Amino acid sequence: MVESQPNKLAFDSGWAYSPAPESTDHVHIDKKYDLFIGGEFVAPVKGGYFETINPATEEVLSSVAEATDADVDRAVKAARKAYRGAWSKMNAAERGKYIFRIARILQERAREFSVIESLDGGKPIRESRDIDIPLAAAHFFYYAGWADKLGYAFPGRTPKALGVAGQIIPWNFPLLMAAWKIAPALACGNTVVLKPAETTPLTAMKLAEVIRDAGLPPGVVNIVTGAGKTGAAIVNHPDVDKIAFTGSTDVGRLIQRAIAGTKKKYTLELGGKAANIIFADAAIDQAVEGIVNGIFFNQGHVCCAGSRLFVQESVADEVIQKLKDRMETLIVGDPLDKNTDVGAINSAPQLEKIESYLKIGQQEGAEMYQSSCPVPKRGYWCRPTIFTGVSQSNRVVQEEIFGPVLAIQTFRTLEEGLTKANNTPYGLSGGVWTDKGAKIFKMTQQVRAGVIWANTFNKFDPTSPFGGYKESGVGREGGLHGLGAYVRLEPQS
Amino acid sequence: MSLSAVPASPHFPDLSRVALVDEVGVNERVARFQSRSIKNESKNDALKLILSMIDLTTLEGQDTPGKVRQLCQKAMHLHDAMPGLPHVAAVCVYPTMVSVAKKALGASGINIASVATAFPSGMAPRHIKLEETKIAVAEGANEIDMVISRGAFLAGEYGYVFDEIAAIKEACGDAHLKVILETGEIGTLDRVRRASVLAMHAGADFIKTSTGKIQPAATLPVTLVMLQAIRDYFRETGRMVGMKPAGGISNAKLAIHYLVMLRETLGNAWMTPQWYRFGASSLANDVLMQLRKQQTGVYQSADYFSKD
Repeated sequence: MVESQPNKLAFDSGWAYSPAPESTDHVHIDKKYDLFIGGEFVAPVKGGYFETINPATEEVLSSVAEATDADVDRAVKAARKAYRGAWSKMNAAERGKYIFRIARILQERAREFSVIESLDGGKPIRESRDIDIPLAAAHFFYYAGWADKLGYAFPGRTPKALGVAGQIIPWNFPLLMAAWKIAPALACGNTVVLKPAETTPLTAMKLAEVIRDAGLPPGVVNIVTGAGKTGAAIVNHPDVDKIAFTGSTDVGRLIQRAIAGTKKKYTLELGGKAANIIFADAAIDQAVEGIVNGIFFNQGHVCCAGSRLFVQESVADEVIQKLKDRMETLIVGDPLDKNTDVGAINSAPQLEKIESYLKIGQQEGAEMYQSSCPVPKRGYWCRPTIFTGVSQSNRVVQEEIFGPVLAIQTFRTLEEGLTKANNTPYGLSGGVWTDKGAKIFKMTQQVRAGVIWANTFNKFDPTSPFGGYKESGVGREGGLHGLGAYVRLEPQS
Repeated sequence: MSLSAVPASPHFPDLSRVALVDEVGVNERVARFQSRSIKNESKNDALKLILSMIDLTTLEGQDTPGKVRQLCQKAMHLHDAMPGLPHVAAVCVYPTMVSVAKKALGASGINIASVATAFPSGMAPRHIKLEETKIAVAEGANEIDMVISRGAFLAGEYGYVFDEIAAIKEACGDAHLKVILETGEIGTLDRVRRASVLAMHAGADFIKTSTGKIQPAATLPVTLVMLQAIRDYFRETGRMVGMKPAGGISNAKLAIHYLVMLRETLGNAWMTPQWYRFGASSLANDVLMQLRKQQTGVYQSADYFSKD
């Protein structure tokens, strides 16, 4: 590697891409959304509504019902009634058919869902179109297939449904997280009360339409909107058998405390601060792509984001230089433009949090670099950002920022890389980049994280289990393991 | 057309430091380029840029002076019904046709590229290759498209390949040297990267994917690996090297994907015919048809565009 690199590349002038906005003509968003309880859309008991906005424009998209304790109670009662009634008595293959139907309708309406996901959440249409929505449909397809084969998933035991599952999901992958939660719950014979995040409720309400159109018995899936209080009402409801939560570690702790001493089962998917580890013998250009995909995918609003980068010192300068060049080609802006790589930050509070970490990083003496792309005046935006000159004791290295912010450190030996990678309270995911198979095995066996990618990053599939070590959570979702979270295993009769 | 500002001084590269390539990652990156949506103004600009980057090519055993004159006429007059179009960058012919092309092109500003070095196989003694190169230049070629000795390269005789390229470069004199790697024969992306490094260090002004006689010819993944090699060489030495994908790029949409890849890998400095070429014979007409469609909103029959 040469010491200095004066020969600069320029990406900022000359031929540019014209706007290529995805059409919104085919999308209908109601002015107001009620709660989906017992197969019907019903007004909240106390009549409260809150607004959901487009984070790219700050314009109001719709008003959504705020569910209080009374509404949650109605939803749980509807779910219990559906569980005792049609759903638990239904032939398992029939149950599977309903889930297949949801999957197919989602596929048919994929374009509409993609646009709404990008409008409500700020993520680039390329991602909602190519990843979120197809993957959500894939989860329903996958678990639909399990519905009548549960006996094979647990040889020698008899899996029984738990009853009513209370599910609370985050704003980073709104529809996909709903699919992760609802699909295995239904396949195992449970009924559901789901609460989407308050900043991204729209695709969940559209999913309610799909569930209604798919003809599911009333009350099998109930969707209640609201913020933390609504979530607490679900967690604390005495007739809920299982809590599935994806969100912050802080809220995960509250939930664990709240349900301690009850017989509620739970799975928690919490925060992360994943190590992405680049060895000197890696294919560097492709590793740089992996870094970009690891931290700038979905504006860094990813619990398994590769937010801590470890580069072997002999290639560190080269990797950082190439990363900076690559960051210059990232297009930040209108989420609905098909060429946008990085969309809007999901909400004003989240932007504030990210910006506070940018300040903290600089105050701690780290060197901050941001891409030079223009960002729109209105809306919530954060340029792709990297911090160099940081160490394990920096807050930007230790704490989950949940934004497009990467902290870069170097390491000399495999052991040093491993020690630094594991020196975190989190353990959700990790990445290893090397041309040597033996090194991949060594690292993947010793990095304590639920998912480890080798020579790639942020790859998801319904058949693969997902979940964390340590403060990143309890339990697994996805794959065969994901079924275990929604059944009680009894001895074979 | 002026050539590179920084002169090449051949020195054998440290091959132990040639970057490794991961094919899965390359294909993923290529898919991202292909998902770019190029519309309206940017599509118009791209189409015109593509026309100006074409090396209009005929390399057939059955070529005649008449065929070459037709090609030159087309090179100068792509589609006179649409005013304001650029001419192509060069015509590319066999050495025996160089004098015909020179006469036909006159002072049009269109370069004459000649293949040499026992194209397409490269299976000839070196002194013959050098002689052929000198003849092509003497006849009036200002660009030479040579092929590397793939047999020697695959046998690991990198010194032989390097020396041969350096010798041809010297024989070129002032003519611009494009080095064809024939990526369809050298197989892996790691070898493509290695051959690119060898060629650039030996003095190549351009590196080029293919002769067009072997399948696969140019592909987006192969071209990406070569562009990345050019970028790293530029970072290291300050010398710009040009890129020419050739063979199999026959429609405008695909050519636009190549431009997107160029823009996001090497940046704006390379987005000119001086640094980027398409080796193609049928691409021009598809680009012209697309341009026509951009202007009028409807596709016109192929019969309205002269074939050659």
